[in-house]
Amino acid sequence: MKWRAVALPSGPDGYNRHLVDRLPKWTQVSDSALLARFDGPTPMEVQAQVTALFDAIREASIEGVRNLHPAFRSLLVVYNPVRWTPQALLQRLEEAGTRPSPAAKRAKTVTLPVCFSPGFAPDLPGVCATAGLESDEAIGLFTARAYRVAFLGFAPGFPYLLGLPPVLAMPRRARPRTHIPAGSVGIAGEQTGIYPADTPGGWQIIGRTPLRLFDARREPMSLLLPGDEVRFVVIDEPGYEELSQW
Amino acid sequence: MVTTVEVLTPGMQTTVQDLGRPGYGHLGVSASGAADPLALRLGNLVAGNCEDAAALEMTLLGGRFRFHGPALCVLAGADFTAALDGVPVELWTPTYVRAGQTLGFGGTRGGARCYLCFGGGLLAAASLGSCSTHVPSGIGGRPLLKGDVLTVRETAASPEPRSIRRAVLERLRAASDVLRVTHSAQTAEFPPESLDHLYSLPWSVQNDSNRMGVRLAGVLLEAPMRGSMTTEGAPLGAIQVTPSGEPVILFVDHQTTGGYPKIGCVISADHWRIGQLRPRQTVRFVHVSFDEARRLLLEQETLLKPEGLFG
Repeated sequence: MKWRAVALPSGPDGYNRHLVDRLPKWTQVSDSALLARFDGPTPMEVQAQVTALFDAIREASIEGVRNLHPAFRSLLVVYNPVRWTPQALLQRLEEAGTRPSPAAKRAKTVTLPVCFSPGFAPDLPGVCATAGLESDEAIGLFTARAYRVAFLGFAPGFPYLLGLPPVLAMPRRARPRTHIPAGSVGIAGEQTGIYPADTPGGWQIIGRTPLRLFDARREPMSLLLPGDEVRFVVIDEPGYEELSQW
Repeated sequence: MVTTVEVLTPGMQTTVQDLGRPGYGHLGVSASGAADPLALRLGNLVAGNCEDAAALEMTLLGGRFRFHGPALCVLAGADFTAALDGVPVELWTPTYVRAGQTLGFGGTRGGARCYLCFGGGLLAAASLGSCSTHVPSGIGGRPLLKGDVLTVRETAASPEPRSIRRAVLERLRAASDVLRVTHSAQTAEFPPESLDHLYSLPWSVQNDSNRMGVRLAGVLLEAPMRGSMTTEGAPLGAIQVTPSGEPVILFVDHQTTGGYPKIGCVISADHWRIGQLRPRQTVRFVHVSFDEARRLLLEQETLLKPEGLFG
């Protein structure tokens, strides 16, 4: 099936002005889902496009659109196929996509305290050894950057963050751990993420935040949304205990 | 007087389910909901409820429930050899339970899931707009335990059960070991032999299948982009092929994003059949176009309209 390209929204303040001409390719990936894929020069720019389209479609609150799953370079739109033919829905998504996006205004900066003590950071020595850095240097590099929430996936409230300094990149553990405590900050390749709940997992754990990232009984239930900026600040163990929401 | 129901034994995995909680995929929360939504909808309609009322979903082996008050019950889905104080209970028909009676279920006689629907529906705390239990995260609750007490929702009027037309029921629930499948995101990147194998060979449902995914054993499929695919959103019913070559059907509690290539996707009209797959059961795949998949779903929805269903 051939898809027409969807025009991207342009931010009112120029946030994504230079991205306007970059159009996603749409593919039907099930009888009830369309996938928009973006291409672009850098991961950050591509992700801004994904977030802009995600926000525009959400803003339009289209009847019969059941779920939106943003991810790296793509946005999955899950819809009710009784309500829509894929052709008609695509046209509606195009309309929504041409409206100015609220993304730039919605995105916020969240500061997350992280404790890097050995008990909270079992893989920090391995990351330091691979990078050829002392742990202070690695922590300094890690916390000096601003990160961008590409999307939430894997488990409720699990953020995939872009912006890791390449020197700290590290493949997943060959053998995943059966138990990773909630709040653990991990590295997998060039991504950073935070486990919102106790789960098994294979990311390299370098620290832990005392803040609760996701709670279905709280408003807002997720501390982070796609497009948000994240900064990490170092805390010690007493600081962790003081701030602990667990 | 509110009717409560006490869990004497919970069965293998019994959860409260409705038709799920769409709308939170961007937070990493899949829609969840009944594994056999067709059975839940039919059971609720027979009970005189709206079709998305909360009910109990039992898996392979049912539980035993003591009623502390009267209730109208409808069993839907697989036959779990149910009996009310020892007297067999039929599926798809209203059964009146009196205070003090015990409704007990055994193992399945075919199919994986049986629904216990209540006239008025279950009164359960909604989380994000749904009572469905998302098993891996605990959103909406947890599987039932012995001693749990459930509450049946009170209705203003007494429930008006209806009897379903057998011919329509048989059309909707026709037995088949075939799942129909469309293309998906990486279908074109798979070698032709993988597609040949998928559609020509029988597949066996593995024991460790659950509401997150149904794992299939057969030949190992050659998969493209081994380990190097970019994580992307994954739809319900997608057949992912793991690096070891094993196909897994993403099911109701699935992860919202995934990094394995998808060779196809089970059509919406057949999602209920995934929910009825038993461990070690053999299943086959047949390819259909997107247009055909939609036509089959519309046909199913037409059969579900009350005027045809109840005559």
